[in-house]
Amino acid sequence: MSTVYDGESGEFVPPQEIAAAQDESLLQVLGLQVEFRTRDGVAKVLNGVSYHVNAGETLAVLGESGSGKSVTAQAIMGILDTPPAFVTGGSVTFKGEELLTASAERRRMVRGEGIAMIFQDALSALNPVFTVGFQIAEQLRLRRGMGKAQARAAAIELLEQVRIPHAAGRFGDYPHQFSGGMRQRVMIAMALALDPEVLIADEPTTALDVTVQAQIMDLLAEIQRERAMGLVLITHDLGVVAEVADRIAVMYAGRIVESGGAREIYRRPGHPYTVALLESLPRLDLKGQQLNTIKGLPPSLTDIPPGCPFHPRCRLAQDICRRQVPEPVPLDAARSSACHFTGELMDRV
Amino acid sequence: MGRYVLRRLLQLIPVFLGTTFIIYTLVWAIPVDPFAGKCGQRPCPPAYVAAMRAKFNLDDNLFVQYVKYLGRLFTGDFGQTFSGTDVSTLIANAYPITVRLAVVALVIEALVGMTAGVLTGLRKNGFADNLVLVATLMLISLPVFVTGYILRGLFGTPRGTSFVDLIVPGIVLGSLSMAYVSRLTRTSIAENRRADFVRTAIAKGLPTSRVVGVHLLRNSVIPVITFLGTDLGALMGGAIVTEGVFNIRGIGGLVFTNIQQQQGVVVTGVVTLLVLVYLVMSLVVDLLYAVLDPRIRYE
Repeated sequence: MSTVYDGESGEFVPPQEIAAAQDESLLQVLGLQVEFRTRDGVAKVLNGVSYHVNAGETLAVLGESGSGKSVTAQAIMGILDTPPAFVTGGSVTFKGEELLTASAERRRMVRGEGIAMIFQDALSALNPVFTVGFQIAEQLRLRRGMGKAQARAAAIELLEQVRIPHAAGRFGDYPHQFSGGMRQRVMIAMALALDPEVLIADEPTTALDVTVQAQIMDLLAEIQRERAMGLVLITHDLGVVAEVADRIAVMYAGRIVESGGAREIYRRPGHPYTVALLESLPRLDLKGQQLNTIKGLPPSLTDIPPGCPFHPRCRLAQDICRRQVPEPVPLDAARSSACHFTGELMDRV
Repeated sequence: MGRYVLRRLLQLIPVFLGTTFIIYTLVWAIPVDPFAGKCGQRPCPPAYVAAMRAKFNLDDNLFVQYVKYLGRLFTGDFGQTFSGTDVSTLIANAYPITVRLAVVALVIEALVGMTAGVLTGLRKNGFADNLVLVATLMLISLPVFVTGYILRGLFGTPRGTSFVDLIVPGIVLGSLSMAYVSRLTRTSIAENRRADFVRTAIAKGLPTSRVVGVHLLRNSVIPVITFLGTDLGALMGGAIVTEGVFNIRGIGGLVFTNIQQQQGVVVTGVVTLLVLVYLVMSLVVDLLYAVLDPRIRYE
């Protein structure tokens, strides 16, 4: 049974949400709060983020830059830069085990083997002075106790799995000798080395050419299916989401504003922000017309407006939105939306 | 790579000719009679002076002298002092001591400097950081002869010239560079500590010791090692002050006394050797760069 760690009091309190959350969830984030303590003040980067992912399922986390998608992932992995980042509340459970209060050593064991992560820019995420083979094999040697030759063979096999041509010959190459797409494949191979149950992919295709993006997404989807992994796909590419995601969590200003099945959300979005996101997609049938954009900027996280953080940019905003933070309201078993006017919005469509 | 090395080696030739010519000219251009005081209280007999002038070609013009000197140098003959000692013998006696002192100094500055740099780089603005900051500031501002005399007062002059005997002089000689190494390491570590590849290493579930000791350190030592390489080249040139304070008969002292005594052949020979050592060391450092950072390729 999970508990929520309250960073303020340092005590464990049973959360109210726990009843609603599915017990079989492989990875579950509940009410996660993270703040950045900087000289310019405290930025509330995460204000109670909750999502979960099950085995064999792809969860897409959507949102603009700075909405807290990556910070959530880093908090799950335990790789936040502390200081300035501090987890101040909430819970992260992996297979029912609370991670936020686990020992540093226990968290290290979960990294790579339980939850692995791939990063946006593989060129800077890979160590420039070691060969890719070394970087994959070192995990196998340190965590699996493999000998040098055995680790080498296993690493080559991983490189083959992510379809790097002439894998054996490229074992000794350095990251800068690979193309962008190949480098991201190396990154994926590295993340798969310890056979993780959950893979967090933080904008894995953003830094790549459009043609390569599709290949990498296909590869990720295929690997996810084969291994029945839980995949958390952080992205702002709505096209990618439509293709591979089972469920979606939309983030705004450090909160999940809407979550639910991908198809349902695309068909009938339940939050004005989701609506605006979908409308800002370029469409062929509207070619030549002005592209829809979301007016205004996301709020400064050191100074989040009272009430609903989206109200300054929202078309539906009323008085209540300026006063009261909307709580996530379940729409059905799998969906929820945090908007005072979800009902009106969905009826209209 | 091979072509690059060859080109660099070919570049050594003009540098070698230029430096030796300048040194030769400067040494013999000093307007002092090289034979003053060589024969005790009396002036030297004209016959002796004439013989010596002939032996050292001092009546030729400077350029001819230089060419003759160079010619002998290429046959491996460094020449003799006025009293007939082979310069090569002098070098053979003094140089091993200088090399040992240089190695001791280098090891000390590398070990102490890098350790201090890593510790302070990982915990910027902590107690250790401030302590090291003050200590390095002190080392940088103190002239070598001050640290030298203080440590000589505490530990005395070395008994021999073995590596162990040279530890105290090595600390003095290496102290300044030690301060630089620690600062350089600190900056480099602090810069790379937040690098993406360090975060990846942590995310892979590697132990902290390996994240820091392998992934972080390997990237951070690149500028440090190249600094140490250049510094070794400088240390190999001898240390006039440190050798003087500790009464060590290395190459620095040899050059110093022979400049005073107008032994042009010795000075030219030794300095030529030092120039070569320095040039080779800087080539080694450039090649080391390519070894340490695979992204660097020399064409």
